[in-house]
Amino acid sequence: MALTPGDFTFLSNYVKNSTAIVLTPDKDYLVESRLNPVARRLGVSNISDLVSKLRANPSPTSEIGMMISEAMTTNETYFFRDVKPFDVLRSELLPQAIERRGSDRSLNIWSGACSSGQEAYSIAMTIKEHFPTLSTWRVRIIGTDISRAMVERTKEGIFSQIEINRGLPAPLLVKYFSKVGSEWKIKGELTSMVDASVMNLAGNWPILPRMDIVLMRNVLIYFDLPTKRAILEKVVRVMAPNASLLLGGSETTMNVTNEFDRVTTGTSFYYRIKGGGASSSSPSIGSTPTFRGTPVAPRAGLR
Amino acid sequence: MALALVIDDSSATRMILARILTELGYSVEKAENGADALHKLSKMAKPELILIDWNMPVMNGYEFLVKARSMAQFDDVTMMMVTTETEIEQVLKALEAGANEYVMKPFTKDVIDEKLSLLGLGAR
Ligand SMILES: C[S@@+](CC[C@H](N)C(=O)[O-])C[C@H]1O[C@@H](n2cnc3c(N)ncnc32)[C@H](O)[C@@H]1O
Ligand SMILES: [Mg+2]
Repeated sequence: MALTPGDFTFLSNYVKNSTAIVLTPDKDYLVESRLNPVARRLGVSNISDLVSKLRANPSPTSEIGMMISEAMTTNETYFFRDVKPFDVLRSELLPQAIERRGSDRSLNIWSGACSSGQEAYSIAMTIKEHFPTLSTWRVRIIGTDISRAMVERTKEGIFSQIEINRGLPAPLLVKYFSKVGSEWKIKGELTSMVDASVMNLAGNWPILPRMDIVLMRNVLIYFDLPTKRAILEKVVRVMAPNASLLLGGSETTMNVTNEFDRVTTGTSFYYRIKGGGASSSSPSIGSTPTFRGTPVAPRAGLR
Repeated sequence: MALALVIDDSSATRMILARILTELGYSVEKAENGADALHKLSKMAKPELILIDWNMPVMNGYEFLVKARSMAQFDDVTMMMVTTETEIEQVLKALEAGANEYVMKPFTKDVIDEKLSLLGLGAR
């Protein structure tokens, strides 16, 4: 049975309030297709009964409410997504952070909206491959997501064949994964670098450690402008001085908040807190490219 | 335009891969097995990229890979296995023989594009 306009309005308000995700009326088909499995899991015969159930218990923390909110998230992700941000991480952001943190030898890297963990583990593999000195540091990759199922998956580090086909260099597959049945489990030396927990970016934030590098990619796109602004301004407050921020390919701080400077490097860019990026060792806007499209994987595999 | 060679004994797979590579900006040649590919390579311009199935009659993809990597003129050609072989030993064996990347069937256009991006050969 299709969603009535009244039910759609109720649902989209509910989802906006609990997750900040904006569902426009043209998404009604998507909403329906995502609610059907929730109805099935709860043993409810159709979507309008599901909405009635939610109306009767509309707290954002009710089980039915959380199931519906989680069903509205888009969890698409893959290893080394867009490649360039991970090149920037390796060639600039990690070396800079290591220099800043030399005295306390500890690094915190945040994958805010980590989905099933591919982003967090891409960071972990970059560190293992290119920064052996960090093996004696306290390195925490903090993955957070609103979806409990995604947080569990991040903790487990088990991926399907379809998932390991996506963006993961084959040399890293053979080095860091083992095959378990038809799935691929990432090694303990990497899962131990990643701490995953549930966190709603649009809700009250737990106390977070000061972050040296923040990746908040492909999540702000789902929110309206005031929410994006509020979240980015909270991100500023958890960032260490001179820390860096990476956003998704279609996301920008421009026209959202002016708390950040955009730093261009090669054919890519990242963000710095304004004024907090003035140290002499850091590149300035429009600095000479220091790399260009360096492959993440050795070009010739294991040769 | 960058040139690619697709080697697979299934004509359906050859067509799918050729369509994907065309959409990614390549012009594409096709071969039915390793021996056919070596023959075509001796007559065509040097491709930038070769996609190689593993299981094929006459000369399989692994044998082709070993042979092609023994020929100095193909040193700078990117070679990617695209195969139903999904054991870690096979991936390792292909990498050791000189494959640059490895895709497990089934695949989508995104999979191919993402792997090529890793090698600096994405959509052009
Ligand atoms: C498209 S994925 C992005 C994953 C990864 N960062 C990447 O770029 O590949 C978006 C993720 O944002 C999460 N998300 C959506 N709304 C959220 C919120 N209010 N707070 C925290 N996470 C949220 C979803 O659960 C989903 O896993
Ligand atoms: Mg075959």
